[in-house]
Amino acid sequence: MAGYFEPADGGGAAIALDEVEISILRSLAVQLLELIGPGTEPAAGGSHPETPPGEGAVGSTDDELAGIEGVSWPPFSDGPSEPPSDPVLARFFPDAYGPGPAARPDEGAEPGSDEEARRKRDRAASAEFRRYTENDLRARKREDGLAVVRALDSLTPGERGAVLTLRPEECKQWLGALNDLRLAIGTRLEVTEDDDELYSLPDSDARKPLVMAYLWLGGLQETLVETMTP
Amino acid sequence: MGNVSVATPMEIERPETTGEPVEVPEPDVPWVTVVHNDPVNLMSYVTYVFQAYFGYSKEKAKKLMLDVHHKGRAIVSSGTREEMERDVQAMHGYGLWATLTQDR
Repeated sequence: MAGYFEPADGGGAAIALDEVEISILRSLAVQLLELIGPGTEPAAGGSHPETPPGEGAVGSTDDELAGIEGVSWPPFSDGPSEPPSDPVLARFFPDAYGPGPAARPDEGAEPGSDEEARRKRDRAASAEFRRYTENDLRARKREDGLAVVRALDSLTPGERGAVLTLRPEECKQWLGALNDLRLAIGTRLEVTEDDDELYSLPDSDARKPLVMAYLWLGGLQETLVETMTP
Repeated sequence: MGNVSVATPMEIERPETTGEPVEVPEPDVPWVTVVHNDPVNLMSYVTYVFQAYFGYSKEKAKKLMLDVHHKGRAIVSSGTREEMERDVQAMHGYGLWATLTQDR
């Protein structure tokens, strides 16, 4: 899988993809879309308004997504019933108030202490923030993912694959989707800083294909960023 | 039905007075957007985001990215609470882990 992005004439970026690469990318993007959902299920914050009708206008892809639950690699979906419990969604939509990822659960905050009061305030503010931002964030991630699927579907790969050329606007969408995919897989793999163990797994390890995909997507994203930052 | 709303009075109770929690009484202290380190986001991508969204120079964007990377977090912008909420939402949109807090 040596296809990487290069700058295209007149702005944008181009990449040569073979059929396997196209199929893997598409499968990953579709699973990401499934995880993000159409916006109708309850989101991490609890009460969640329905997605406006306009959202559903992407009919054909939705229909297509309906049949793809059978795909089990990589294991993106914990099922839509309890999004807050899904670590990927939790990573996509973190609390806006509070100590951030270094946070430990509420241990150590004594009842009645300033610390406890502060956490309570942070939780309330985060919930409020979530209520009015998460729908938009989801919609954008969905648009980015759909842009990837559409672009891949526009290709008619021959024996030696196909060249995909992205306009500058599409580059931004691909960049967002590639980052979301890496966040999703990285979260599933529980990637940490300097993760040597993960990158030298034996072929027999069940995580190996996902790690390969993760590294490949990293190369795609890295080279795409390069074309966008002269 | 339609006629009922014609005479909608101006003095209708304003719903915008949402119970914004009575915040810490330190109005002069600015709010800041903090971006936290994470093991997935590429350094080049984080730099790109700081340039693209905040309009920072490549040097400044890179310095902030390195601060995030080495110190675990960096303040990337400051302003009113509303402005910082916008920035945090934008960072979340880019997949960066960001929070806002009142600087003290």
